[in-house]
Order: sequence, then structure tokens, then C-alpha cells
Amino acid sequence: MFTGLSFALPAAHGLVVTGPNGIGKSSLLRTLAGLVPPSQGQLSLEGAEPEKTVAEHAHYFGHQSAVKPALTTLENLVFWQDFLSPALPAGFTPQAQSPSAILELLGLEHTSSLPAAYLSAGQTRRLALARLFVCPRPIWLMDEPTSALDTASEALLLQLMQAHLDNGGMIVTATHTPLTMSPCLTLQLADEEESPA
Amino acid sequence: MTSPENNWALALLQRELRLAVRIGGGALVGVLFFLAVVTVIPFGVGPDLNLLARIGPAILWIGALLATLLGLDRLFQADRDDGTLDLMLMAGRPLELVVLIKCLAHWLATGLPLVLAAPILGIFLNLEPLAMGAVTATLLAGTPALTLIGAVGAALTVSLRRGGLLLAVLVVPLTIPVLIFGVSAANAALVVGTPFKVPFVVLCALSLISGVVGPVAAAMALRFSAD
Repeated sequence: MFTGLSFALPAAHGLVVTGPNGIGKSSLLRTLAGLVPPSQGQLSLEGAEPEKTVAEHAHYFGHQSAVKPALTTLENLVFWQDFLSPALPAGFTPQAQSPSAILELLGLEHTSSLPAAYLSAGQTRRLALARLFVCPRPIWLMDEPTSALDTASEALLLQLMQAHLDNGGMIVTATHTPLTMSPCLTLQLADEEESPA
Repeated sequence: MTSPENNWALALLQRELRLAVRIGGGALVGVLFFLAVVTVIPFGVGPDLNLLARIGPAILWIGALLATLLGLDRLFQADRDDGTLDLMLMAGRPLELVVLIKCLAHWLATGLPLVLAAPILGIFLNLEPLAMGAVTATLLAGTPALTLIGAVGAALTVSLRRGGLLLAVLVVPLTIPVLIFGVSAANAALVVGTPFKVPFVVLCALSLISGVVGPVAAAMALRFSAD
């Protein structure tokens, strides 16, 4: 998909990956998430917890929500809290969030005992987002994070992403809509050679 | 608010069981299919009670095999379709154990009802009480092997559309040993002088072996299935 790609992301920085459709933004994120093995090259995380892969330090927030329609909103979220192993390397200091608190923050508290089948696309997306807060992990890999979200939710998402960076986390996001995070680097994928700005 | 670190296995088991019994889950479909297969056989074979009693254990075993295969294609595919599988691969939990727990939940939701239904269906097939007991015991010992062997096929066909047919073709030959030893142990109750213990112990061994080989092989297949 891509060759000759090399970049380093310092702690507490965001990285916005841009480029035309089909250039490999999603593939890059899936490679970082360990879901696609790179045919060449390597990936390393400085200061990582021992015995954990880079992927186990990361949350992948992709196009698919991983929400089970037959379970209630709260059951969906509590499962991920129990199931995912948190990663808290040095320098990453998130505030722990309880499932009900994050549902309230994201405006989903009234749906917490409803089956997730009744949620709208945007609400399902917000429920998927809530997963990132119940299990602290320093790296967020976000593929088009703003899709299906309304303006208010988009603003809230940006606020939450900024808070994650302030806590010492890292965000790699592929997007077409301009996202304002600071400090933030941009990676422009192009047909020939890529260079981080 | 944080739960203890080793609660993840219980959380997964609980979720899988919930999904199986709620709308869209396949918990009762297997046992209804089992009922359908077993009730159809006497109509096909005819009203020969002795013949039915003789082939009864085999019919129950084949019915259980088909009913187990019925729901297996969704074991991992449902999770792959909505992105859950990606997150499970990244969860930081041993994938072999995740597969084993998913199989356990699948067996509790679809295999165990088959075992419980077997004595009742045995009445339809004119089985003696002793033979009913033998079939039920062999199904209890052997259906976990069917689920675990099927899980390997489910993991291999996870990325295929309509993988269920291929799954059946892949899995049925591998389940032949289970079927042979299961039916021969159950037949011990019908035919005087045939041993029960030896085939039953082999059947238990097959379940235990597939409990080790199945999750390891299925986890390997799932890791390679990510594209």
C-alpha cells in the first residue's frame, strides 16, 4: 500500500493523517493497531509497558462501532471496561471514568438501559467513543472520528481529544475535516513520497 | 469503579450467553432443528419400532452434529462484521482463552440444550431407558468436541461470505472420530457384550484433545484473518 513511510510522534502530540481516498490512511491506522502485519519495517513505542505490544497500548476507533444491538448501552460499555486490559505507561495520567459518568458526558445516559439497536448512527458512534474512556490507553487511533456526529458532538469530541493530549496521550487520526488539536503534526500521504510536516 | 483484573473471562462469558439468548442469538434454533431432524426420521424409515430402536443412537448423534454445525458459522463472523473481532485482537487478552470461553458459551447455549433434549427425543425413537441414558451421557461427553472442532472451521472461514457451507464441508470429516466413538459407546446399551467404557473414554479424550488443539488452531486462524 505504501512504502518509504517513516515518522516519529512525540508524547502528548496528535498526528493528523491526510490524503486522497484510497491512499492508505485507514491501512496505516490498521497497521499501527497491529491488525495488518507490515510487510517491511517496524513499529515501536518508547516507554511502553513491558510484555505488551504497541497495539495493546492503543484504542482503535474505526468505522465499525463494535456495538452489539441486542445488549443495552450500559452492558456494551461495561463489557469493554472489564474485557480490555488498560495500559498506563509512565507519563500518561488520565482521569478514570466510570461507564455511567462517560455516558452522561456524551449525552447517552437516558439510553443506558435501552438495547443499543434503538440508538441512531450518531449515538452508536458516541457509544463506541465512550469505550476509549472506560479503559485508559495512551494511543488513540481514530479513523474519520467525526463521521456521523453532529456539530455539538464534534466540538465535544475535539475537546475530549485535546484533554487526552493534555493528559500525555497520543492521537493518530485520519480525517478529511480539519481538526484543531495542539500540539499537532500533519502527515500528508501522497502518491510518490511522504514527509511529516 | 474498576473491576479486578481477572474478571474479563467472566465478563466475556456473561456477554456471550446474553447475546445467545437475546433476539438474534441462536440458542434455541439448534435444539429446534435437532427436534425437526429427529422427528422426521421415523416418517422416512417407517413404523418399524425395532429398527428405530437400533438406529436411534446414531440418529440422535447425527442430529446433534448437524444442529451444532448450524449456528457455528456466526461464532466469529458476527464479531468480525461489527468490528468486535479487531478489538478482541487488540484487547491484551490471550486469544486462545478468548476462543475457549466463546466456545464454552456457545456450548452452554446450543450444545447443552441438545443433551437435555436427547432423552425426550429418545422416546420418539423407541429407545430403552438404558439406551437413552447412554446416548445422553455420550452426547454430554462428545458435543464439546463438536463445538471445539467446529470453532477451527469457523475461524478459518470467518472472512468468507456464505462461509457456512464451506464450514460444514471442512468440519464434518474432522468430526467422524467423535461420531464413531460416540455411537459405539451408545450402542453398548443396545447390543449385549459390546464395551461401553472403552469408546466412552476415547470420546472423553477426543473432547479434551480438541479443548487444547481447537482454541490454539482457531486463534491462529483468527490472527491471520485480519486483512
